[in-house]
Amino acid sequence: MSLIDISGNLLFAAFIAYLVGTLLFGGAIKSSKPDGAVTRADKWGKLALIVTIIGFLAHIGYFITRWIYKGHAPVSNMFEFTTAFGMFIIAAFILIYYMYRLTALGLVALPVAILIIGYAAMFPNDVDPLVPSLQSYWLTIHVITAAMGQSILAISAVAGLLYLLKSINPKKKSKSRFWMEAVLYFGVLVVGFILATLIFKGFGYEADFTFIDTKDAEAKITYNMPAVFGMNDYTLLTDDVMEPLVEMPAVINAKKLTTVFWAFIFGTVIYLLVRLVARRRILDMLHPLVQKVNLNLLDEVGYRSVLIGFPVFTLGALVFAMIWAQEAWGRYWGWDPKEVWALITWLFYAAYLHLRLSKGWEGKKSAWLAVIGFAIILFNLIVVNLVIAGLHSYAA
Amino acid sequence: MDKIICVCGHENPAGTKLCGKCGRPLTEEAKQSKIVDMKYDGAAIRSKTRNKSIVDKIWNFFSSVKVGIALIIINLIAASIGTIFPQEFYISVSTEEEKAIYYEKTYGSLGKLYYELGLSDIYSSWWFQVLVGMLAISIIVASIDRGIPLHRSLKNQRVKRHESFMKRQRVISEGPITEGDSAKTLSLVEEKLKKLKYKVRREGNALLAERGRFARYGPYINHVGLIIFLTAVMLRLVPGFYVDESMWVREGEMRAVPGMEGYFIENEEFILELHDNEATENQELQGVNVVAKNYQTNVKLYKQAEDAIPGKADNLELVKEYSIKVNHPLQHEGYSFYQMDFRLNEIKTMNFELTNKATGESLGAVSVDLTNPQDEYVIDDQTKVELLGYYPDFSGFENGEPQTATPTPNNPAFIFKMTTPENPEGEVSFVAIQQTIEPNGDNEYKMAFNSVETRNMSGLTVHKDSSIPWLALGGAIFMIGVAIGSYWNHRRLWVEQLEDGTIRLAAHTNKNWFGMKKDLDAVTEYAHLPKYIDQSDDEKDDEDEEKEKEGDSTL
Repeated sequence: MSLIDISGNLLFAAFIAYLVGTLLFGGAIKSSKPDGAVTRADKWGKLALIVTIIGFLAHIGYFITRWIYKGHAPVSNMFEFTTAFGMFIIAAFILIYYMYRLTALGLVALPVAILIIGYAAMFPNDVDPLVPSLQSYWLTIHVITAAMGQSILAISAVAGLLYLLKSINPKKKSKSRFWMEAVLYFGVLVVGFILATLIFKGFGYEADFTFIDTKDAEAKITYNMPAVFGMNDYTLLTDDVMEPLVEMPAVINAKKLTTVFWAFIFGTVIYLLVRLVARRRILDMLHPLVQKVNLNLLDEVGYRSVLIGFPVFTLGALVFAMIWAQEAWGRYWGWDPKEVWALITWLFYAAYLHLRLSKGWEGKKSAWLAVIGFAIILFNLIVVNLVIAGLHSYAA
Repeated sequence: MDKIICVCGHENPAGTKLCGKCGRPLTEEAKQSKIVDMKYDGAAIRSKTRNKSIVDKIWNFFSSVKVGIALIIINLIAASIGTIFPQEFYISVSTEEEKAIYYEKTYGSLGKLYYELGLSDIYSSWWFQVLVGMLAISIIVASIDRGIPLHRSLKNQRVKRHESFMKRQRVISEGPITEGDSAKTLSLVEEKLKKLKYKVRREGNALLAERGRFARYGPYINHVGLIIFLTAVMLRLVPGFYVDESMWVREGEMRAVPGMEGYFIENEEFILELHDNEATENQELQGVNVVAKNYQTNVKLYKQAEDAIPGKADNLELVKEYSIKVNHPLQHEGYSFYQMDFRLNEIKTMNFELTNKATGESLGAVSVDLTNPQDEYVIDDQTKVELLGYYPDFSGFENGEPQTATPTPNNPAFIFKMTTPENPEGEVSFVAIQQTIEPNGDNEYKMAFNSVETRNMSGLTVHKDSSIPWLALGGAIFMIGVAIGSYWNHRRLWVEQLEDGTIRLAAHTNKNWFGMKKDLDAVTEYAHLPKYIDQSDDEKDDEDEEKEKEGDSTL
């Protein structure tokens, strides 16, 4: 077995460990019967944490073996960066756990990491060669520090989600109940994306097209999902596959739109099935699990994670980024979309910190802000990398 | 200005919320609250006390944290709008008309609107810069407005605080000690807190323990850093501070460096290396067959001798020999040369044979150096070729005249006049790539294309940015300030022993109550203090009726 295979297996092992860990955390939290429940919760919690740490070690193993195989830090494409991001989220969780011994965080942190790793696995995991601008030790320093900062900031969203899960009354109609359910629905959409990708891949679905791109040149594209949306002025080359239903103008990448469409369909079907079987909102199912957490403490964990993460993020995503940009291109700042979105993330968390000075921006409001902050981080990861073209773009 | 005189006799400036000496709440709001607002330690803030003149009003506007946050959010939104479509400097057209067409053609009517609103060059627009400027003013004003009173009140802290202050802190405890001799309690508290690295002051039966006060200055330090940074960014506008030039240098060529007086750079060789891997899945998705591995220009940097005539490339001294690669610029005296672009295989020399069409016999070779075309190429005394016209980038005929689109030899064309022993008058021929026109009918001779010599061209940019040290300074101060403010916190404990030996304790921290409580737990146990309560615990989570009292902190 070559190093790269070992690496892949370690990642898989980590993924499984996180799944088991989530279930154990669920067990740790749920037991609230008065039959010596505290000790049992303690035992489950400890076990859950041990499994998480084992998973984390496997994850680090993946990272290191891939690093050795490639000869540079494995953070240079969408698959690598996103799996590393998942790894740092687990690391940040373990760090915050040892500071606050807050087992319940695992119940949200692990599923978030699982979704992120699952999402990452949908991207090609080949070892890509490095273009000249990435051949610098700053790649390692900048990307890893930025990812660490983002991960610690993500823990504030984890605490925020927990806070909201507990504090929002699922029985009472409210705006926050609607939006919280929307956040959970978004999580299900990620599952939908993973499932759609796996299923169509399993069937080996492929449809080749030619189309006319924005520069009026003919180009080729292969869909791996039934083409709902067709590229600009497309011609279908493969037999016996679905003809696109709608043709898109050249500026819209209809292939990506198709992927989003299928993720949406699969996710929505899963969501509806869950609702149909359980006859309850997802929020309603999760709400009883977190009854014992202390809201004050969660609020503080959320705030503290921003305090810890903000300087790290500034250092990695702005300071190191500027130093590298100065060295590679001779300008420390170029208003590249990724740069701008790092600045936006930074400004947002700056606003968060200043809002904590105003009265009333603690607790629920602060929790929502943390969730929005994480949404901006995800936007920067997903949309800016894949949709908005720029220097950091992993899309052509 | 009216002073507020506290019951304790202390004179406080107007607008003070908590007496600077004893801590008694002075405003109605503070008196009503269960937990007192400890922002700026209740000191009077300029913006909250004066509101008469225009200056006061402007000052008050910019000092408001709410205005500051609003400015942050507005800047954030403005910045994000600039990423909807690519900015003008990322598209490869230059003139205004071309840009307008580009945005409309690529992004439709939305793109047109985006361009017409100036959003395609948002970051250099006056209003975006005004927004950033307003944020900077807000940072300066708010820091002065709050920082100075805060500093004063932290410096002049009294040990003993009034009961009404103590009871309105978030964490308090009151009652008899749980065991032991109450006469020793304060000493025990002092001993333990000193072990926990607190600075302890005692005054009679009162004690103030304090730790990490410098953390309160973190935000002000980072604001100073930000202002230095933003000022340094503006230094670019100062002439001579900032040089940003680009230049093309062909292999074997030497050129004066723009913006760097007296320096010349010679391109010895441009090297392009490619990865030899099989195309990966990502490459296939992106339609990229090969990935570049290295862009490199081997250069020699020369400096003119002191007494040389400016601009003339003689009397040069070699300064440096260097291989400029991406991420490895050549640096010299504050200037940096970056590998930015390249053009491969530009035609340098075209070689022809003067050939008799019928026999195929050659009378001799003519080699035209495109950078230095000669008027005439003499083969022997009876045979020569005159170059009547040279069109480096031939684009077609206009009114019978050949045209050239650019001065770059992308598609060279020539008009030759061939003088041979057979045709002493000369034969005229128009020669372009894969095209020959003989205006006077059938020629006997032709300029047969033989071979072409090419060379590469490197695109370099020359930068000098004297603001970099200032940017670095600002950035470093910011990072230090933000780390101080984030990783340390200011914890205070007020303890008073009443006449009957009972203890009254209050605790405050600007951040991290969890850590504060750990210290409290330790000191409570050590000095047998009464159990403390967190008065904010019963304020929150009122939404949940069936909630079990406090929840379990371990979960």
